Amino acid sequence: MRLEIKDLHVFYGKIEAIKGISVVVNPGEIVTLIGANGAGKTTTLKTISGLRPVASGSITFDGQDISKMPAHDRVALGISQAPEGRGIFPGMSVLENLEIGKYFRKDRKHEMKEDLEKVYHLFPRLKERAFQAGGTLSGGEQQMLAIGRALMARPKVLLLDEPSMGLAPMMIANIFKIITEINTELGTTILLVEQNAQQALQRAHRAYVLETGHVVKEAKASDLLNDPDVRAAYLGTGAGAH
Amino acid sequence: MNFSVLTSQFWSLMLSGISLGLIYVLIALGYTMVYGVLRLINFANSEIFMVGTFAVVFAETGLTGNALDSEPLKGIQLILTLGLAMLIAMAASGFTAVMVEILAYRRLRARGSNRLASLISAIGMSIALSEAASVLTHARPQSNPRLLEKTSLGEIAGANFRVDTVLVLVAAIVMFLLLDRFVNKTRVGIAIRAVSMSEENAKLMGVNLNRVISVTFLVGGIMTGAAAFLFMTVYETTKFNVGFSLGLAAFTAAVLGGIGNLRGAFWGGITLGILETMSAAVLGSQWKAVTVFVVLVLVLLVRPNGLFGEAVQQARA
Ligand SMILES: Nc1ncnc2c1ncn2[C@@H]1O[C@H](COP(=O)(O)OP(=O)(O)O)[C@@H](O)[C@H]1O
Ligand SMILES: [Mg+2]
Repeated sequence: MRLEIKDLHVFYGKIEAIKGISVVVNPGEIVTLIGANGAGKTTTLKTISGLRPVASGSITFDGQDISKMPAHDRVALGISQAPEGRGIFPGMSVLENLEIGKYFRKDRKHEMKEDLEKVYHLFPRLKERAFQAGGTLSGGEQQMLAIGRALMARPKVLLLDEPSMGLAPMMIANIFKIITEINTELGTTILLVEQNAQQALQRAHRAYVLETGHVVKEAKASDLLNDPDVRAAYLGTGAGAH
Repeated sequence: MNFSVLTSQFWSLMLSGISLGLIYVLIALGYTMVYGVLRLINFANSEIFMVGTFAVVFAETGLTGNALDSEPLKGIQLILTLGLAMLIAMAASGFTAVMVEILAYRRLRARGSNRLASLISAIGMSIALSEAASVLTHARPQSNPRLLEKTSLGEIAGANFRVDTVLVLVAAIVMFLLLDRFVNKTRVGIAIRAVSMSEENAKLMGVNLNRVISVTFLVGGIMTGAAAFLFMTVYETTKFNVGFSLGLAAFTAAVLGGIGNLRGAFWGGITLGILETMSAAVLGSQWKAVTVFVVLVLVLLVRPNGLFGEAVQQARA
């Protein structure tokens, strides 16, 4: 269940967005990918999920090269994503949104109830709102729904793209707490993309810093919290700020 | 101009309008389903209808053979023959729709071409199919045998309920309800709705996009094929270019109701059917096509989202 990205290059037309990055996510880890807007974080996650084609390099999962695998097969393999902007289906109810998270499983009826309970246990709010249209939820609730929906697929690796974006501080704390819970209680491996570097580094085991399509740093998350360059660039409390 | 018919024959005109409108509804569903998932106007849908009408001619001629010369079909035999002809029309149109998608759109999509390329491909497909039919039939009209005697079942408020009119009403409404249920309740139907809201997010749910698109074309084609069967049962003649006017009217109906929206196609089709029938009665039937065009232009100018302004993704169970 090790996810390994080697020398990955990704383009939008002629523009190279990812310029040869290598990232490893080991089983059981929370790994975070931090970086400024436009660094290539979302593109990296989209490519792992199969929404963008790999120009060169490789993505392997559990030793299997998945670089050319269609997106829907990667979900079945155990890679789920809660995308940037949440990607809720607005006209579907909360329950339908959760159910479709299990779409690829043909025998899903058996597991459905059990997994719904699991998600409702993590996010009791979703149970209260089960029959409300997804589009009418608040930003925080939509984020819960996006994460819950991804969990319905029983992923081995969960990709989270800026789960804290646009949320109130209380809600941010809550979401990060649950991310840790998912990792420790469900044993789900997590690749977390964030601009909120402070929180991400506190929650993650290891971290990569992305700048304009390159990995410029790779270290234990706790070390990066104390790294002067990182503090200056991403935590707003570096040497220059004193 | 003859406005007095609007009062003297109101219910009779309403009935004709609704039954014509229901045929538009089924064809409009073909346009609307495809638009919902691909944001593409499948101009070849009018030819998918045309293929269905020819399938009816072949099926009904083939199934009855020379039996018609002796005695008209009755009872269970009649119902089975009509049912089989309808299935064959739906299969022919459904198959054509799936092939159109694979031949004309799938490669363009895989290459990430823009929408204009697909639109041109759609028009090309439409021309190719109708020209092929023209060559194969020597551009001559084709008729199907009259299996169903058009007897009257009774009159209500001056509206004459003929057997074929009732068949259109019942069959079209049943087909519509089946589709509505399919889209809202089944696993694939839910995937179709998901794709119509966001292709990317649907893929993240493990939805096999190409398969869902194929199913969408198939289902839209089946609806269009059902329309072809009903059309042939009422009008009994077709030609290689039959799809042109019918397709335009159905497309107008879809736009009128809000393209991409199933219930919009339903009300749009019925509204257009009534408008067209009433205007033909008042102005003369040569004005039918003009009515359709005027409605299309007005809707595009005044309410481009259609009367119901809600897309398929908002359709609720
Ligand atoms: N759809 C797109 N078309 C063209 N360029 C894009 C597209 N999406 C992202 N990019 C470019 O790719 C780079 C990386 O973007 P992205 O992965 O979204 O960064 P991040 O998630 O780190 O903010 C940026 O320069 C961005 O402008
Ligand atoms: Mg991003």
